[in-house]
Amino acid sequence: MIERRPVANAFGHLMLVAMIIIVAFPIYLAVVAASHTIQDVSQTPMPLLPGAELLTNTARALFDGPQLVGVSGATPAIVLMMNSLIMAIAIAVGKIIISLLSAFAIVYFRFPLKNFFFWMIFITLMLPVEVRIIPTYKIVADLGLLDTYTGLVLPLIASATATFLFRQFFMTVPDELVEAARIDGAGPMRFFWDILVPLTRTSIAAMFVIQFIYGWNQYLWPLLIASDYKYQTIVLAIGRLIRAPDAFYEWPVIMGMAVLALLPPVLVVVLMQRWFVKGLVETEK
Amino acid sequence: MAKVTLKSVKKNYGPVKAIHGVDMEIADGEFIVIVGPSGCGKSTLLRMIAGLEAITEGEIVIGDRVVNDIEPADRDIAMVFQNYALYPHMSVHQNMSYGLRIRGMDKANIEKRVQRAAEILQLQPYLQRKPRELSGGQRQRVAMGRAIVREPSVFLFDEPLSNLDAKLRVQMRLEIKRLHQQLGVTSIYVTHDQVEAMTLADRLVVMNQGRADQIGSPFDVYGNPATTYVGGFIGSPAMNFLSCRVETGTGGPKAVLADGTALMLPAEWTPPAGNYTIGIRPETMRIARPGETAQLHLNVDVAEELGADTLLHGKLGDEDLVARVPSHAGYHDHSRPGLMIDIARAHLFDPESGLRIAL
Ligand SMILES: Nc1ncnc2c1ncn2[C@@H]1O[C@H](COP(=O)(O)OP(=O)(O)OP(=O)(O)O)[C@@H](O)[C@H]1O
Ligand SMILES: [Mg+2]
Repeated sequence: MIERRPVANAFGHLMLVAMIIIVAFPIYLAVVAASHTIQDVSQTPMPLLPGAELLTNTARALFDGPQLVGVSGATPAIVLMMNSLIMAIAIAVGKIIISLLSAFAIVYFRFPLKNFFFWMIFITLMLPVEVRIIPTYKIVADLGLLDTYTGLVLPLIASATATFLFRQFFMTVPDELVEAARIDGAGPMRFFWDILVPLTRTSIAAMFVIQFIYGWNQYLWPLLIASDYKYQTIVLAIGRLIRAPDAFYEWPVIMGMAVLALLPPVLVVVLMQRWFVKGLVETEK
Repeated sequence: MAKVTLKSVKKNYGPVKAIHGVDMEIADGEFIVIVGPSGCGKSTLLRMIAGLEAITEGEIVIGDRVVNDIEPADRDIAMVFQNYALYPHMSVHQNMSYGLRIRGMDKANIEKRVQRAAEILQLQPYLQRKPRELSGGQRQRVAMGRAIVREPSVFLFDEPLSNLDAKLRVQMRLEIKRLHQQLGVTSIYVTHDQVEAMTLADRLVVMNQGRADQIGSPFDVYGNPATTYVGGFIGSPAMNFLSCRVETGTGGPKAVLADGTALMLPAEWTPPAGNYTIGIRPETMRIARPGETAQLHLNVDVAEELGADTLLHGKLGDEDLVARVPSHAGYHDHSRPGLMIDIARAHLFDPESGLRIAL
């Protein structure tokens, strides 16, 4: 629909600009705070223009970690980010593989209680991690998976959303394509790898972006599972830093760490944007 | 190459009977066209031969193997689908070679076959393109190429041309015909387009609600339709069907139409007196010449000018009749021409069963 209504247009733009400012301002502040010395930041009012210390502060966050007076053993952000990365990638990749396979089974195979299983999966959509967190914790603890990557990743790896999305996509793949493959002699797994997965790649990319960010931003689950600093994620660590009691906060370094924590998701979105958008809107097959 | 035999093949979808029992012998190298209106079971029959649909009852033999329980890939067939069913993410070359690669054929051999098929179908310039970068006709050729490289003993086509525009369809029709002459592979071709059916077929199978009403050469099916259904389906415009009463008396048999018109039948016809349906093709009628006594008079409602011919649509009593006459005959809407009928080319059918009466 194309309409020319200058007033409404201007209003729309104004709203968008306002929204962007509201969203972007705290991020801007974080960057500014990360670019000053600790003395400058501690003044009131705090400076609103960037300083010259951004690189020093982020480098310190990355390699040393913020020093908290009264708290020993700061973890450098590079370790935390590596943990986050492992967790986010494992969750995203795991979710995609499992969802692809379950959607494949649901769409292309006949087996007893197929609909029952589908609806079971579907219903879990309505149960976020938090709802089932106590039993899940108990199971993971009993399996001896506390403070392991497996424990961090495994309970989050099944995804009803992705299964549902891939199912919807598979159902739009024309039957004749399946039949052509059958005549060509492709067995089920061959068909899956050679034809279905390549056709789904844009949806897979979209799912990867969404699930990577989901994994990266996990807070509650790592909080329960990772008591050992070796397994902490960066989101978790930032949360811990500002809750340390009676501590002298190295704000610029903490902010540097927050900025660092933002980068990988942004990078993933930017790098995969083209595919991501395609995956969300594409109908051509 | 192989012959294909269907022995009382039946297909039920649950309680729905889609195919009621089809018997057919297809000779090696023959081009068979299965034709019929939408929903009559053409695709179902073809897909059973392909192995994409289970056979409820009966037997299908390809070559000398009963293939009822053999996977499509092992039946030595290749199929061309209506919407091409090309793999969208593979290049033309990959599309054509996919089946061979799965079979584990060596690279040199694959290359040879793909190149040869590409040459036959003039696809060489497009081998590296993706299907979406091709026109409809080119895609259809790729689909045929994919079938050709398999070097199967039977080609199956399910309405392969119905997504193409009229001009391209004519061109591809010729190409398929040429291909068949060149390769000589047994082919089974499904269509609802009777022109395609008539021009391509060695033999025609006219399907009617899950049954094969008639199997025969196009000429035979057209000239001697086995049922009113076949007569009505093959030929455009369709055969006219008029109810009549046959009287045998002095001066030979005659058919009295509903409006009282009496048509003398050929003397050698000896149907018992009674009620029949007489089938008259529109092109077996002509305008009576001056001085001739017209056999019937048609009240023309609409005269359809086709260029070479004019179709005179009218009524005889309350039954519709169409006559095809040359264009320059000068008849218009609401005229009342006198017509002559080439009665030897007419047929009598049983009014109940629709079966043609052997005369
Ligand atoms: N999976 C199915 N389940 C139930 N009935 C089916 C199924 N597939 C086909 N049929 C029925 O079988 C009959 C024959 O179908 P078929 O697809 O063979 O028709 P067709 O002659 O190929 O028609 P068209 O020209 O439209 O392609 C139809 O009445 C159809 O409704
Ligand atoms: Mg069909």
